[in-house]
Parts: sequence; C-alpha cells; structure tokens
Amino acid sequence: MPKIDVDTIRCKGCELCIPACPKKVIGLSKTFSATGYYPAMMVNPEDCNGCRLCAFVCPDVSITVYK
Amino acid sequence: MEKVVFERTKGLTDIPMRYCPGCGHGVVHRLVAECFMELGVQEKTIGIGPVGCSVFADEYFNVDMIQGAHGRGPAIATGIKRCLPDRLVFSYQGDGDLASIGAAEMLHSAMRSENITIIFINNAIYGMTGGQMAPTTLLGMKSTTSPSGRTVAANGYPIRVCELLSAMEGPIYLERVSVDKPAAVVKAKKAIKRAFEYQLEGRGFTLVEILSQCPTDWHMTPLQAIEKIRKDLIPYYPLGIYREPQDDKRAKPKKVAVEKES
Repeated sequence: MPKIDVDTIRCKGCELCIPACPKKVIGLSKTFSATGYYPAMMVNPEDCNGCRLCAFVCPDVSITVYK
Repeated sequence: MEKVVFERTKGLTDIPMRYCPGCGHGVVHRLVAECFMELGVQEKTIGIGPVGCSVFADEYFNVDMIQGAHGRGPAIATGIKRCLPDRLVFSYQGDGDLASIGAAEMLHSAMRSENITIIFINNAIYGMTGGQMAPTTLLGMKSTTSPSGRTVAANGYPIRVCELLSAMEGPIYLERVSVDKPAAVVKAKKAIKRAFEYQLEGRGFTLVEILSQCPTDWHMTPLQAIEKIRKDLIPYYPLGIYREPQDDKRAKPKKVAVEKES
C-alpha cells in the first residue's frame, strides 16, 4: 500500500506539502516534534497513491515515499 | 511488498538544514544534488557556497565545496575550472550575492563565457541579514530599508539578470524557473540538469535563475509566500529559456519572422 514517511527531526511544519497533495492525504500533527514544530503526517492514509508530489516540494527533504 | 519510490538523495549530507520553515533553498539544494548524482559526477563536482542564507551550503552538499567571499563565486569558479577542466563546477548564489556585490564577477565571467554553471536563487530580498532591499526587490515591495515600499525615484528599477545576460554573446544557456509548485520543481530540475550537461560538454557559461520564496522576510506564511511568487514575482520575472544552443536537439527552433506579402 502506498504511503509516505515523514522524518520528524527534519520536518519544520511549513505546510507546503499539504496543498501539493492532490488527494488531501497530508495534515499537520497535533503533537510537536523533538525540534518543536508540528510535523506533517498522513491524516487520510488510505487515499495515498504514492505520486511523490509532496516530496517534490518539501524544502527539508524529509519525506520518503513507498509504493 | 513496499518499494521506495522517493528518498533523500545521497548527494546531500544527513545534517538537517537550518533554513527557515518553507524556504526554497532546501528544494534547490535537493535538485542540484540529484542532478550531479544522476549524471554520475559526484566525485568530480566542486561547488562554491555564497555569502547569504546558503552560506552553510558546504555542510549540506555531499561534494567538495569552497565558501567564497561575498559575490566572488564566479571568480573562484573560473580559477577552479581553468586549473581542473574535467570537474563540474557550480556556484550557488543568492540575489544579493550575485546581482549586487557580485555583479561584476557575474558579467565578466559571462562575457568570457567561462565553462561554469551558476545556480542563482532570486527571492527578491536579502534574507540572512534580516530583509533589506536587494537589487531584485520589486517596486512597491516593503523591506527594512524601504519601509514604505521601493520607489523608482529613490531606488531605481529591479534588475532582471537573465534579460541582462541575454544581451551578451558569451552565455550558452540561460533559463528562469520557479519552485512554487510540484510541476515547476520538475521543470527546475530539468533546467539545472541541462546546464550541468552543457558544462560537461564544455560549451560555456550557463546560468539557471530560480524564483524562490522567503516567508520570514516577506512576513508571510509559506503558503502565502508561494502565492506571492505566482502573483507578483512571475509577472515581473517571466519564466522561460532566454538563451540555448541552437545546435542542440532539445532546443526549440527560433521563430523566424515571416514578412507578410503586401
């Protein structure tokens, strides 16, 4: 099943991946990470199709995509 | 069975980048790193870091890097390339570094058509020093040194670097791209890769200008900042190819003006 894995040490919660996702899979976490940001996470995991668009726009290269 | 379809390139080190949230530098770092990895020239690549936000670029790129004096990237790149002509040499510069204090180095290396690549990040502001007006700041745009907006009477017009260089005969390849949406990022990567390929073919001076966002000094959220790129920056700095070698098969043929029969 396609999914993304966000490295919470790198993610700064800039939200750029959220509008980049055509399936509206990504949202921000309710709890903050070790670096003090609210990192991105999958809020709608079953809709992910592994298109990698979120990873293309991620400025911190924190997203790994599996398919 | 899960297959990895996208992962962090080995061309970047494992150090988390210290840029502000939503800064465009990270995307461009990734694109540059992926390009030299895909061309298989990591061992032969030498980069030059600028003075500016990306002054720590040497920590992030997994290649040999030199940190240059303010604006002198093209001069250092010239020296390296002339001593070691088989290396891939790129100079990574911001708009304050390249278009302001480094304007002479940029113009003269372009005029001599040195066989180097310049990656030029245009975010229309001085980021590291706290949001002062850059030569590329748009008219009416507020910065700490133009608190009521840039005016022609006091500050003149913003510099369009690609148009300026396209008036010279030296440059081989000039393109302006942006990183505001996934499709634009893919285009930006193609442009950087093409510039590197031309350099490896020994053709001459190549420059890729990338319109990037600076949410912190534009005093916006990252999402508002990419909206500003689309609304304000792209109309003043039109995207596209400004110079390309005509004997290359990727080049679009030049339009020839056909005289209308009277």
